[in-house]
Amino acid sequence: MEFAVMMGILLEGLVLTVEIFVVTLVGALPLGILVALGRMSRCKPLALVVRLYISLMRGTPLMLQLMAIMFCPYYLFGLNMGPDWKFFACAIGFILNYAAYFAEIYRSGIQSIPRGQYEAAEVLGYSRLQTFMHIVLPQVIKRILPAMGNEIITLVKDTSLAFVLGIMEMFNSAKALAAREVSMTPYIIAGLIYWCINLFIELILTRVEKRMSYYHD
Amino acid sequence: MSAVVSHDTQASSIDDALPVVSLEHGKKSFGTTQVLRDISLSIDKGDVLAIIGPSGGGKSTLLRCLTLLERLDGGALTYGSLTVAQDEGGIAHYGGPAVEHEARNRFGLVFQNFNLFPHYTVLENLCDPQMRVLKRSRQEAEARARELLGRMDLGDKESMVPCELSGGQQQRVAIARALAMDPEVLFFDEPTSALDPELTQGVLRVIRDLANESMTMAIVTHEMTFARDVADRVMFMDGGTIIEQGPASQVIDHPTQQRTRDFLASY
Repeated sequence: MEFAVMMGILLEGLVLTVEIFVVTLVGALPLGILVALGRMSRCKPLALVVRLYISLMRGTPLMLQLMAIMFCPYYLFGLNMGPDWKFFACAIGFILNYAAYFAEIYRSGIQSIPRGQYEAAEVLGYSRLQTFMHIVLPQVIKRILPAMGNEIITLVKDTSLAFVLGIMEMFNSAKALAAREVSMTPYIIAGLIYWCINLFIELILTRVEKRMSYYHD
Repeated sequence: MSAVVSHDTQASSIDDALPVVSLEHGKKSFGTTQVLRDISLSIDKGDVLAIIGPSGGGKSTLLRCLTLLERLDGGALTYGSLTVAQDEGGIAHYGGPAVEHEARNRFGLVFQNFNLFPHYTVLENLCDPQMRVLKRSRQEAEARARELLGRMDLGDKESMVPCELSGGQQQRVAIARALAMDPEVLFFDEPTSALDPELTQGVLRVIRDLANESMTMAIVTHEMTFARDVADRVMFMDGGTIIEQGPASQVIDHPTQQRTRDFLASY
């Protein structure tokens, strides 16, 4: 097979890889904040349920979670989902899983903000929402950026788990190509592409960190 | 010269006759430890009250109860004609979020550790609360902020962030931030305790200027000379009670209570 054809197939897979990556971030970054707040809630039952959810998400393989979500409509309700369901199941699985990890990172950041910041805002008359959105969260983001960077880079590689649902993302494409051509080359190329994506992400993260380094506390 | 203290606050004329803040029979415990035992105090418009006493004597808790950072177990708290907490059978009943929000618009608090917002510039530290809480326009907020920063000798620091300033400068920014909200009374919780002696003077000078402009203030402090010079009234607290209070010169120079004398002897 020509190299160009192989590249074409891998890049087609890359589109799906990037889609899973972006959808997961867009869903899990905000959801993680809500989960973190639920985890820290003074409402004990809520906090307990959220803790259980986080524990389950972190304590079982993501691959298993993807399969569970994929097949639960059929096994629980006897529903036959359409061909699009694969991707939705994949997105739901990734978002739920990553929101749990993100939540713990947010929590570490939120709990590291000194009480004096809350008190100063409270005395000045800020509402609790204003305090969180404008005083706490911006400081939290600066503090958790390195830990978030770790997770985001892991996510790029984790998208390859979508292969268990038969989604033809880049890793699955490479696997199929490797089997057909009896060659390691597709894997090597895929590996290099993953690395390039992450180099780019590292670059962005460094920039953001730099932009936030105008203050320290 | 009256640029810093703004007198055009929301207070009605009825409020002018009432104490700016008044606490009656304030009680507060943490677990089994009684931190405030039946404290009553009131501060009139233009009054400067200094609260002195040993650590753990209840000074900070008193200030935190007055500023609603802590809730009283018992007692009544009013700001002018606004009843924040009512005493019902020895239990303090608070008036709810709306009342508390209105009360917060009437006082300011300067912390020992400044608690400036580190991610905001000096100017933004002063403007953001004005715009978000008082709904002032940016121009209005900036004008008020610049006026106060000028008075605090910080006119050239407005685009810096707090971590670029000395402790003394940070504390002056914190005072300006509180003043920008046009409070009727300003509370200070050991405003110079985190500063070295050199920086202390600048902060004390600012507070002294405010006193000269008849700003109503209550200051928890360990600076005895300053308390005597600036305060109209000094209150000595220990063990959760007011041991002695009166004109500054009397309490500090001629204390009547042995406990006060023992405390002052260490200075």
